[in-house]
Amino acid sequence: MEPVLIAPSNFFIGFFPTVIISFLLPVVGVGLFTYIMAKRIAPLVKAAPDYRFDHIPSRVMNVLKIWLAQWRQPRYMVAGVLHIIIFFGFLALAIRSTSLVIIGLKEGFVLPGMDGTLGHIYNIIKDYAATGVLIACILAAYRRGVLRPERYDVPEKYGHDHTGEAVFVLGVIATLMITESLFEASYVAAQVQKGVPPEFLAPLTLVWFLKYIILNASIDTLQVLHIASYYIHDFTFFFFLCFLPLGKHFHVITSFFNVFFMRVKKGNIKPVKHGVSDEELDDLESFGVKKLEDFTWKHILDFYSCADCGRCSDQCPANAVSRPLSPRFISIKGRDKVFNNYPLNGPFLKSRPLIGDIYEEDEIWSCTTCGACEEECPLGIEYIDKIVDLRRGMVDEGMVPQSLQKPLSAVEKRGNPWGKMEKKRADWAKDKEFAETCSVKVLEKGATADVLYFVDSISSFDDRMQGIAQATARVLTAAGVDFGVLGKAEKDSGNEIRRFGEEMLFQDLKGQNTDAIMDSGASRIVTADPHAYNALKNDYNGLPPVEHISQVVTRSIKDGSLRLGRIEDESKVYTYHDPCYLGRHNGLYEDPREALNAIEGIRTVEMLKSRDRSFCCGGGGLMLFYEPEEEERMGVLRANMAADAGANVIVTACPFCLVNMEDAIKVAGLEGKMEAIDLVELIDRHIVK
Amino acid sequence: MGQIFAYITYKGGVADDSALELVAAAKKIDAGASVTAVVAGSGTDCDAVCNDVAASYSDVWKIDSDLMAYPNAEVIRKALVNILPGDSIVLVPHDTFGMDLSPGLSIKMDSAFVADAVDFEGIDGDNLKIVRQEYGGAVSTHITCNIASGAVINVRPGAFQPDESKSAGGSVVDKSGDAGDLTVGRKYLEIVEAEVGDVDITKSEVLVSIGRGIEDEDNIEVAQELADAMGADVSCSRPIVDSKWLEKSRQVGTSGQTVKPKVYMAMGISGSFQHLGGIKGNPFMVAVNKNPKAPIFQVADVGVVADILEFMPELTEKISEG
Amino acid sequence: MNMEILVCVKRVPDTAENEIEVNSDGTDIERDDLVYSVNEWDNYAVEEAIQIVDKVGGSVTVVTVGDDESEEVLRREMAMGANNGLLLSDDAFNGSDGKGIATILKAAAEKGNYDLIMTGAQADAGAGQVGGMMAAMMDLPYASLVNKIEVIDDKKLKVGREIEGGNQEMNEIDMPCVLSIQTGINEPRYVGIRGIRKVASVEIPVQGASDLGVDAGAVGAAGADVKLVDYFVPELGEGAEMLEGSTEEIIGKLIEYLKAKGGLK
Repeated sequence: MEPVLIAPSNFFIGFFPTVIISFLLPVVGVGLFTYIMAKRIAPLVKAAPDYRFDHIPSRVMNVLKIWLAQWRQPRYMVAGVLHIIIFFGFLALAIRSTSLVIIGLKEGFVLPGMDGTLGHIYNIIKDYAATGVLIACILAAYRRGVLRPERYDVPEKYGHDHTGEAVFVLGVIATLMITESLFEASYVAAQVQKGVPPEFLAPLTLVWFLKYIILNASIDTLQVLHIASYYIHDFTFFFFLCFLPLGKHFHVITSFFNVFFMRVKKGNIKPVKHGVSDEELDDLESFGVKKLEDFTWKHILDFYSCADCGRCSDQCPANAVSRPLSPRFISIKGRDKVFNNYPLNGPFLKSRPLIGDIYEEDEIWSCTTCGACEEECPLGIEYIDKIVDLRRGMVDEGMVPQSLQKPLSAVEKRGNPWGKMEKKRADWAKDKEFAETCSVKVLEKGATADVLYFVDSISSFDDRMQGIAQATARVLTAAGVDFGVLGKAEKDSGNEIRRFGEEMLFQDLKGQNTDAIMDSGASRIVTADPHAYNALKNDYNGLPPVEHISQVVTRSIKDGSLRLGRIEDESKVYTYHDPCYLGRHNGLYEDPREALNAIEGIRTVEMLKSRDRSFCCGGGGLMLFYEPEEEERMGVLRANMAADAGANVIVTACPFCLVNMEDAIKVAGLEGKMEAIDLVELIDRHIVK
Repeated sequence: MGQIFAYITYKGGVADDSALELVAAAKKIDAGASVTAVVAGSGTDCDAVCNDVAASYSDVWKIDSDLMAYPNAEVIRKALVNILPGDSIVLVPHDTFGMDLSPGLSIKMDSAFVADAVDFEGIDGDNLKIVRQEYGGAVSTHITCNIASGAVINVRPGAFQPDESKSAGGSVVDKSGDAGDLTVGRKYLEIVEAEVGDVDITKSEVLVSIGRGIEDEDNIEVAQELADAMGADVSCSRPIVDSKWLEKSRQVGTSGQTVKPKVYMAMGISGSFQHLGGIKGNPFMVAVNKNPKAPIFQVADVGVVADILEFMPELTEKISEG
Repeated sequence: MNMEILVCVKRVPDTAENEIEVNSDGTDIERDDLVYSVNEWDNYAVEEAIQIVDKVGGSVTVVTVGDDESEEVLRREMAMGANNGLLLSDDAFNGSDGKGIATILKAAAEKGNYDLIMTGAQADAGAGQVGGMMAAMMDLPYASLVNKIEVIDDKKLKVGREIEGGNQEMNEIDMPCVLSIQTGINEPRYVGIRGIRKVASVEIPVQGASDLGVDAGAVGAAGADVKLVDYFVPELGEGAEMLEGSTEEIIGKLIEYLKAKGGLK
């Protein structure tokens, strides 16, 4: 059958056969792309090692769920839906795009298997896909250019606005859709004009509309449109391909890999250097990240993969209170530095220290390691390990804020950041009033128990938080648990010590605690401190199983060993605040809620930001001592969130959350209207013998 | 025992409070001794001070030199070594000048040295019995100092009550000629004044003063609210300034400002002597502190054991109501 | 330029992390549960010395008079960046008063060729005397309570002293000289466990009385003018009138007092 229009493979402009362009564009395009990719891969090769080939089944699940099913996208519904359309559209159009390139060389080319029914079905799918993508691009461009949601804003200190680049790329994608459809529409219009049975075009698709628009153009015009749209498409396609690795759209290529390699285990911190065991740490020349190449290849891949969507910073509590930290810009600045030091043209630059260059000290110390950023990122970018590595580098160089030096030295000397005497660690159990109603075994000099209650520093020494230790002891006793405490042999669990970069001090604490725990002979560990829970469960090894007190409570209620009565104050409205180290880092969302709701008649509400969207109270451990630059306290924002939800009692399950919330209530002027209580204390008050 | 000398520090022609405190200190060493004041400086200021203290001392030795227009301890030390008899007991206030002058002076005079004495308990043979403190005032010590070859003793400002009896009435003797060669390796340049803050607490009548008990920079608001309700100003102790939560101009203490209020509210302040050293004029002092053993309760008029973060807002409320 | 700096440091009980109490027989403070570290003022001095040497070249030596246990503070300061450590240890040194310590340190200082000798402004005894004594013994100019140092040239420094009222007295001082350093002069860098482990096996020479040429009679208990009799806690006087009762009652009483004394406007 004679084609109604001359195909690009057979066209001539004067004596010049355009098929040459069809050949050159891919060759140059792919060649240039390869060159660019080689330059982009270079820093990955030079970077620190990272072991990401474990847990393959989990990794495959992540790819299917987070990459393919775009699981995290709908968390921001509008942007999410738009992106899902564009993403699936791209996937759907992959076959068409490939065929189109070859069509320029060989007229009417179809990929093997695509010539029959499958091909026709695909054509319909791809037409809807292209239409969807175009509409999504227009809506997205309107959103970026006109509506300008806040999270895309670029604060002055970070440079110029990114909207131009975003809208530009949307324009490029729109161009691809339009030209692809126009290429087809022009042909079908020509078919109609020449009386040839036209190809079926799915109704209400872009190509369908275009066909009607150009239906009555002259054949010559249609021919021009046909050729022009083809080559514009071809050029734009390879332009886009080479453009991708130059900016935030690199994620189009790297996302699959970044998600495959993303972390599968939560709550723990990466070793100082993969491949170097704890015992070999002393031999390392340098600790932590000081220059670009100290990052692992996965972290540099993270920089490449950042789509500049701003969701991380939007969820970041430090960012919300105007601390100098915005996770998005950790990635963007990192990426720009890699691009700068490994340019496409010219020699690779020698790396200089990152702190003082693209990152500031306070920026890195501001992070509470709450994990909201990592939970949100649709590309599996990690932040906590990077922050910790940067802190390790600063600690190695002695760059530690004065406010943190004292508590660090106190932990070193006394095993707790307040510098209180070790022998007083179990004094909370000796308080007269308390000891009369509850006795606590101290596991020393051969005493053993089934369960070890790991109290950790704040609950041992802080006047107010000792209340949590006492309540926990009473709850465990009421539930019939045979437990004991380590007393003066217990040292700070070191959760924040590690996260603030003092790795060797952490290793010391870990060693001492592990010895003490193993000596105690306990077969299980319980703690009411989520930071201790996290450290013992995820950063220590070889310990007996660790549980949080809420898990014990819930189980004991179910098996009848613990009974709770009716809520004492029926008028109060309670809301549960998910502590970062219980919720996001360790997935314990339901046990505390079940425990809470086991109190008959309790009135509860959920805050808007709850479960994995919980808003950090301000941080625990060493963060209590750090003096950040901020406009507001995180706790104050959180107290207001509780008030907005209609609550007058905030229930926390973490002593640090309790400290921060109690302080925040005072500072926010909510005294009398809001109170804070620990879950264990509340349970304790409602125990029925 | 050698002759007792008291070194007089002064500013702007007016002798420091320590001038009369040293009279009392000397009497405690030896009730009947005649004590000589030493005034070093230059010009009319020096003269004015000599005349001022003459009533309280058996005599006043004046050392006048242009090189002493500003009290440069290096210069003055040289002069004193030449002028004072070798076995003298020299009392100096333990202030920033005394800390600069005395250790070296004791070596050059081949005498013993004791810093920051808070009391004397008599003489036993060649030994003077002295009371000091250590570990930031946590504990006290009894020590003996062999004064056979003389001694330089720095006396803590405020440890002795000023002796205002003016019962000595001595004459001024000009010893400038014996000063000798005063070339030294340290030259005074200038004073860089502390930045003047928005509030001059040295002029405040009522002060709400905060210490470590405030715990956090954000809590300072609570103190400001109390101050506002009382018509007072907010001041603080050194740790607050070291943490950069308030400017230096708000610090009460020996290395900060000297205040003379009518009422002083010590909130969450432990009561170190360096802080108390900045409070003059014996104001009505109210101390609120979580720790019932805090030294501040020794010097305050009224005390409350409470958490200032809870107590202050309640006090503010009640004051605002009434 | 090049500056050889000697910093005298002392191992003291850490007041922040300890409860200081007099022991049962009053001979000393209770030392059983104490933790020790380098005297805070001395640490500022070492940091300052390191910063100076970073700028103008040279080296920093830290020295202490003590025993084996004192070595740990020398190592910590070397982990911070001091180039050399020196331990002065001898039974004859026990019981030295301030002048005795100064005599010992002076002997060590004279064996080197130092442009600048620094001490902390004071230590646990709160005397602040050793620096000034060393300067006088060595006939060197001295400045105490230094909170700022500027190197003018290889012969002179510009130093600021902290004086009353928060003011700063600026001086020019000839080198070699002795300075005692006040807290707040800088922000000392952090020394982590790792840093300390790195210097764990560095050689620290020990010198005794004969190595230094110090006459045993001039130091130690034998040579001391000032001797300790005992430690005690003074009897508490009457002190403040403590207000009791409910918070409301206390506040009521307090407001009465304040009104009477002119504390309320």
